[in-house]
Order: sequence, then C-alpha cells, then structure tokens
Amino acid sequence: MKFTRREALALGLGATAVAMLPMRAAAAADEAIAAFTGGADAGEGGITLTAPEIAENGNTVPVSVDAPGAVSILLLATGNPTPGVAQFNFGEAAGSQAASTRMRLAGTQDVVAIAKMADGSFVKATSTVKVTIGGCGG
Amino acid sequence: MISRRDFLQVSMAASALYGASGFGNWARLAAQQALTQDDLLKFDTFGNVSLIHITDIHAQLKPIYFREPEINLGVGAAKGQMPHVTGADFRKAYGIEDGSPSAYALTYNDFSALAQTYGRVGGMDRVATVVNAIRAERPDALLLDGGDTWHGSYTCHHTQGQDVVNVMNALKPDAMTFHWEFTLGSDRVNEIVEGLPFAALGQNIFDAEWDEPAELFKPYKFFERGGVKVAVIGQAFPYMPIANPGWMFPEYSFGIRDENMQAMVDEVRAAGAELVVCLSHNGFDVDKKMASKVKGIDVILSGHTHDALPEPVQVEQTFIIASGSNSKFVSRVDLDVRDGKMMGIRHKLIPIFADVITPDATITQLIDEQRAPYKAELEEVIGTTDTLLYRRGNFNGSWDDLICDALINEREADIAMSPGVRWGPSILPGQEITREDIWNVTSMSYGKAYRSEMTGEFIHTILEDVADNLFNPDPYYQQGGDMVRIGGMGYRIDITKPQGDRITEMTLLKTGEAIDPAKTYVVAGWASVNEATEGPQIWDVVESHIKKQGTIKLDPNNSVTVVGA
Repeated sequence: MKFTRREALALGLGATAVAMLPMRAAAAADEAIAAFTGGADAGEGGITLTAPEIAENGNTVPVSVDAPGAVSILLLATGNPTPGVAQFNFGEAAGSQAASTRMRLAGTQDVVAIAKMADGSFVKATSTVKVTIGGCGG
Repeated sequence: MISRRDFLQVSMAASALYGASGFGNWARLAAQQALTQDDLLKFDTFGNVSLIHITDIHAQLKPIYFREPEINLGVGAAKGQMPHVTGADFRKAYGIEDGSPSAYALTYNDFSALAQTYGRVGGMDRVATVVNAIRAERPDALLLDGGDTWHGSYTCHHTQGQDVVNVMNALKPDAMTFHWEFTLGSDRVNEIVEGLPFAALGQNIFDAEWDEPAELFKPYKFFERGGVKVAVIGQAFPYMPIANPGWMFPEYSFGIRDENMQAMVDEVRAAGAELVVCLSHNGFDVDKKMASKVKGIDVILSGHTHDALPEPVQVEQTFIIASGSNSKFVSRVDLDVRDGKMMGIRHKLIPIFADVITPDATITQLIDEQRAPYKAELEEVIGTTDTLLYRRGNFNGSWDDLICDALINEREADIAMSPGVRWGPSILPGQEITREDIWNVTSMSYGKAYRSEMTGEFIHTILEDVADNLFNPDPYYQQGGDMVRIGGMGYRIDITKPQGDRITEMTLLKTGEAIDPAKTYVVAGWASVNEATEGPQIWDVVESHIKKQGTIKLDPNNSVTVVGA
C-alpha cells in the first residue's frame, strides 16, 4: 500500500525535521524581524492574524492578516528553513490594509505577522499552526 | 438569572429514578416495573421554547448496549473537569446512587451485571417515542441532530447512509450538522443534502478552493418558536480532512473559524434573534473554549466527543449540553426567553432504556424495512464472547484489543494499530457476536487493513502525533478522538509532557525487547486516511479471526502505563 514507504517516510521526515528546525529557523526569523523593524519593539493589538489551528494540508495553508492603518505587513513562517512568506506594502490610496495568501509549512510552528504603522511603530500577532499526521476521529 | 436550584431539580429528576435492589432476572423485572416511561419523560414544561438534541447516533437504529469510559483524561484547564470525570467520581458529582439506572447509563462500573438488570439502551423507535412525547407537550419543539448520523453500521454502509436518512427524516428534525457523513464522499453527501427536508448547517463548512462559505451548507437558520425568534447556527466537525480522509471530500474545508462564528452570531443578533443556539460537532472541550471566546451564544448543543452529562456546563453566559452517543440519550432543553433574552433554562438528559420506553410502531416498521434486505447477513452468528467487549477509553478497550489480535494473527504482524474512534456498541459476556456486531465497531468507507513496514522511530512519531491530538493542553489543537490503540507493543505515556516527550519505554510484547528506533517492524492497521490503501476489509479480518477463535476470551490489557493523570 502507499502509506508503507514514501508517504510514511515523508511524514516521518517532516515530523522529525520539526524537532531540529526551531533553533536554526527561529534565528533566521529573528533576523528577518530585526531587519524589518530595525530592532524596534513590536506592540500587541491592532493587527489580526487568521490562520487555522491545525492545517488541513501543510503544503497550502490559508492565512490572512488585517492591520488597519499599516503601511507594510511582514508575514513569516518561523519554522520554515526560509521563514519569509510575504511582505505587503500599502499605498496611501489603499482601501484597507489587509491581505490573504497561502503558505507552505514544514511542520508545526508559529506564524508571525508584523505591521509597520504610519507613525513608524510596529505591532505583532502570532499564531501556532499545527501540521499533523492525523487519522483518528470520534 | 438562572438559579442553581434549577439544575439541582434537573439532576435530581435524572437521578431520582428508582435504584435496583440486586442483579439478575428478578431484579431486572423489578427494575422494569419500577422504572416507567413516565419517570423517564417526566418534565415540568418550562418557558416558551423547547430544544430536543440527539447526536452521534452512528447509525444505531436498534437498541444496543453501550459502556461509558473508565478513562477519559482532561489536560490543562480541563483536568478533573466535566466531562473528564468517570465512575464513582462522576456519580458523586451528580448525586447518583451506585447500581441505579443513572449509574448504569452514565458510568462504567459493574456494567455487565447492571446490563442484565436494566437491559439495552437506544433504538430510534424509542427515540421517536420520546420526541413525540416532548412534542405532545410542546408541539413546536425544535429537533436538532448534531451529526455522525449517516455512519456506523452494516446497513448504513451498504445503503450509503440511506437507511438512516429514511429513519431520521421520519422523525422530522429541524436542522443537522455533520462529521462522518462526509466519509460517504462529497458526491453522495451533496446528493443526500440536496434532498434533505430540513436545514443542513455549518458556518465552518467552506469551499476549499476559494476559502469561501460552501453554498450547499448554510451557516444558520431562523425559526419562530413560542413567539421567539430562534437562530440555530451549525458548527461541523472542524478537523474533517485531518482526522478523516480529505481526499474523499476535496472540495470542502473546515476549521473552527471562531471569528466567523462570532460574525454569524452578530449577524443573527442584528437580524433580531432573541435566542442563539449553536448545533455543534466541535467536541466538548473545544465548545468550552469557543464559548469563552465567542460572545452571544445562549446554548451550545455539543457533539463529537460522545459525553453524556446530566447537567449543562456553564461558560460565562453560554450553557453547553452534552447528549451522549449511539442513540442512548436524548436531551430536552426548555428555555424561557423574554424581551430578547434567555431568562432561564431547564434540562434533562433522558436515557433511552429500551425495555422501558415503548417503541413507536411506525418507526419500528420503518427500521425493519431498511434491515429486511440484509437480515440474513446481519444475524449470522460468528462467535461468542466470554469477555465484555467495549470500545471507550483513552488508551484501549476490549473491542480494539480483539481487533488488534485479529490484525496481528490474520496479517502476520509484529504490531497492530486500531484508530481511537469512540463509536461502537458493547457486547456482554456470554453474548453471541453477529456480523452486525462486528460491523458496528468497524464499518467505514476506508476500512482496508494495511500491512506495512515501519521503523521504531516512525511508530514513535505516530504515537506522539496522535497523543498531541488528545492531550494538547489547548482544546483548539485537539481532534476529539482517543489514543490510537496498539496491539503487540507496550509503552509509557506522560500526558503532561509536550509533543515528542510523552511516549517512552516502547516495548515489543512478544519478545520483551525495547523498540529499536532504527529497526523495521511489520505493522498492520486499518482506517488509514491515505488514498489507495490496500488490504482486506477490517470487518473480514475480524470475522475470520473470531470464527477461528470460536469463543473470545481476552486478558486484561496492561500494556500502557499512564503518568500525569
């Protein structure tokens, strides 16, 4: 059967890869955040990050972010080997400062969105997205 | 607003049923004489709106035995909280006497003996009698079906759900939400839903491609009842494509989507809803968390985790009702809604004692018609059992011990895996096992029994993954099933640890040796969510095993050591 080898191994690798990812990837994510904020602290509130709690398909996870008044929003998958997902820049004529996309996640990890506001301050939201083998239901 | 006394009265109504004086046939007769349909249905009609909730019947149309779990652990904030209380502690919490009908219906102790006394439970013809009795008192009562309805039996499988659809339609529900229904495949689900004479609801059923609400399933429906504008919002099982094979319904996406739930509550309130009811298949702990995050839901009718609670659980201004499974219970909820607000609630969890409640003859006939073409196959006796066969429990149950034995023997495997589902009736010691009984605990649209090689490391990864679905302290990351059942291997689990650290001391039982992460083992299992799984159907594997055994005798399963409970 198919589960035996390739998929099982792929799942196994994915899952074990998670265990070793965070340290290295977190460092890459921190660097990306620092480059975006210039080292400034990011506050809470004023930004809404919507992502599933458990991904239905880790290869294409819907995510949306909304930060009224933002000039730019950086979206990061902190556990991916390359954390950068997208950076959305909003011009003065933008009707709203919201965006949606899909991302691929290497495993269970935190997804982070940071918005740069018009006054130069930053706000941040984090959401944990679980990537699981699944297979058992009530 | 709502006094504690209401609940006491309610819990007393449920537990003040007559206690049994002993066991055996004499006691059974006495119990049946003492326990009357009027006792079970007695309810002082209250307020102006009545809800009737039934959920997770898993296609059980006929009366069955159903043993509630001994082990149902809560983690984090849920530790020691309802519904994670079992046995004597449960009886103490609700003032239920040992050996009483409520003890038999709601707890696991002395199950085989009490089953002799009180008999079978459930049966949709009995449920119909209860529904009709409530409607006699409140003609416009809302009947709401929480889903997991069109799955779980021989006839349901062979008719692709049509048998249950026919019977449920005759009960005239007002709305329904969904879970296992989708494992019929999206074509079949769409076909049935398009013809349903009642509302198919799910605010979290989305189109997978566009991530927009699915057209076929409405988020909510308004009802005018007792002069009250009632909005019923549906919440389907959030993790369908993860816990079940997503390839069977690729057009659909789910998720909890509590921000959309809030938007729907706000929308119905703005449209004049005076009472907001959520018909949910979230599972109890997810519903508790959702109730704390989403404002404005008055009542959540909770399904999925198969809990049966004789009182509502209150989270802030929301009351959560848990109505059991397998047609064993019906909840009646009477509400007093005035000036656009819920002012009071009265509730009763009605156990469906099959020997006490008179079946509705029309529905009995309808059920028998569904079964007639399959009668011979259903009734064929495959073996007998000396051991009580039951499923519920976080780590194992004797039905799955038997299924794992069957997989190891019939598929020549080192290790067996059986999914941690919570459906499936029980079989008493001394009872014959029919083909129907085997299908009741195995029937599904992806039941092929695979045989595969896995490394020790990968087996560990699977166990850790499933354990986190059950023991993640955040309910939104739980899927609501139980631990995957393991045959041929023991392990230790610390439920308080994070994913990756819970499972240790994995041991191959036949040699007593520790599982080697690098070594390859032959694993047999069933219910893989992967497409194109190959192997014989699990019910055939189990039937063949039981036939060879003749009489089933199982040793107690002590292969899992649990820490941190």
